[in-house]
Amino acid sequence: MAFDKNSNQFTFIFATVLVVVVGTLLAVTYLGLKPNYDENVRREKMQNILASLKVEVERDAAPAKYEELIKETLLVDANGAKQEGDAFSLDVLKQYKDWKAGVVKTEDLRYPVYLADVEGQKLFVLPMVGTGLWGPVWGYVSMKDDGRTIFGSTFDHKGETPGLGAEISTPMFEDPFQGKTISDDQGNFKGITVYKGGSQTTDPHGVDGISGGTITSQGVDEMLKRLLAVYDKYLRTQVAMIAPAPVAGSDSLATDSVQLMVDTTRTASLITR
Amino acid sequence: MSTATAASAAPPAEGLFSKKNRKLITDPLNDNNPITVQVLGICSALAITVKVSNALVMSISVLAVVVLGNMVISALRNAIPGRIRIIAQLVIAAGLVTLVDIVLKAYVYDVSKQVGVYVGLIITNCILMGRYEAFAMGNKVWPSALDGLGNSLGYAWLLVVVASVREITGNGTWFGFRLIPESLYATSGGGYFNNNMMILPPMALIIVGIIIWIQRSRNTKLIEQA
Repeated sequence: MAFDKNSNQFTFIFATVLVVVVGTLLAVTYLGLKPNYDENVRREKMQNILASLKVEVERDAAPAKYEELIKETLLVDANGAKQEGDAFSLDVLKQYKDWKAGVVKTEDLRYPVYLADVEGQKLFVLPMVGTGLWGPVWGYVSMKDDGRTIFGSTFDHKGETPGLGAEISTPMFEDPFQGKTISDDQGNFKGITVYKGGSQTTDPHGVDGISGGTITSQGVDEMLKRLLAVYDKYLRTQVAMIAPAPVAGSDSLATDSVQLMVDTTRTASLITR
Repeated sequence: MSTATAASAAPPAEGLFSKKNRKLITDPLNDNNPITVQVLGICSALAITVKVSNALVMSISVLAVVVLGNMVISALRNAIPGRIRIIAQLVIAAGLVTLVDIVLKAYVYDVSKQVGVYVGLIITNCILMGRYEAFAMGNKVWPSALDGLGNSLGYAWLLVVVASVREITGNGTWFGFRLIPESLYATSGGGYFNNNMMILPPMALIIVGIIIWIQRSRNTKLIEQA
């Protein structure tokens, strides 16, 4: 029988063998190189956390520096109460997507907190995640130990427009966050507003957005308000522990709890949006 | 599509770098350039030419995929059933592209983040399927490898030129090195602004157009008869 490469039988055999060979090759390579990839992702995460503490390191040097500066990691829930679990390995982006898709309920959301010690200064690093124009945006905001003043911030994105929305990952956007506060002197939660049209730089609770990157800026604005509201509850418990409120502070404590209720409703309204 | 370079039955005593084989490499650099003459791979030339470093990584990735793909398909050309040959080419191309993506992620993570989605899009780069179908299906392994090399080099130089123009005018840097001093910029007292328009994809198309114009005015072989 002469070999006919165009027979049905051979066509099927050829297609099957080709796909199996290519598939196996890819699977083996992927599994073989996955540890390298995972390590790269892990180091980049550490690098980003350190960047929000204004510590710039090469990716390869990140793990050592991270070990040195980060003293403790923990998870909090939507009410700011501490919860069990490993903070570093929690994929906040995946959790955020699941939450948006309705798979994860709001009360099951966990928010990682990294406690850092930079030259004797106690700092809280808070991961942020939200939605820009083309895809997710995320970042880390570090807070001073007064629980309301921003020490540093870093933002990144998956695919915002280069030169426009992508500018959120540049110092031009990130640096003005330093020294801004998320609540006013009376203890009312304000969050951080990303303004369109600039010239609002005098606002202690706001920064200038990106011209031409309006949707990205709005995404960052929503992300900051939503997550800082949650972290604010946690930070208040921590600040109270560090420096107990003075005697006259019982009043402000009451205001706080009223404020907490307001915050909860605000968070709820953001969620239903 | 190129047919001029197709050497279907090479004489047995032909050297590895015979005149005909050398032509396989040099032709796509100018007379038969994949972008400016064959008009293949335009999409990626628009997308990936904001920075020279990205253009270079894209070029190297395409080079790997076209050369390896050409060789694999050429080796299998007598076994690939005619009715599913495009599908078979596609599977091989997709496999190689995924391979490149995995390797980039593992070894040059920063670059892979930069070129990210575009690597996956190599599969849609018409140079691949164009060369596989037009050349590798009808030629031996070695000429096919040279053809792949020539075409990806022709693609590479064009990409790098376009990226150079865009990065210098749009960002004031070349390969990440600053060419236009920071002190000249308006933000630090000077009067210089980056041309943000150069960052946008349409400008790449215009630059490619200008290159085609220059090429045709110097290379009379390319001028179509009216």
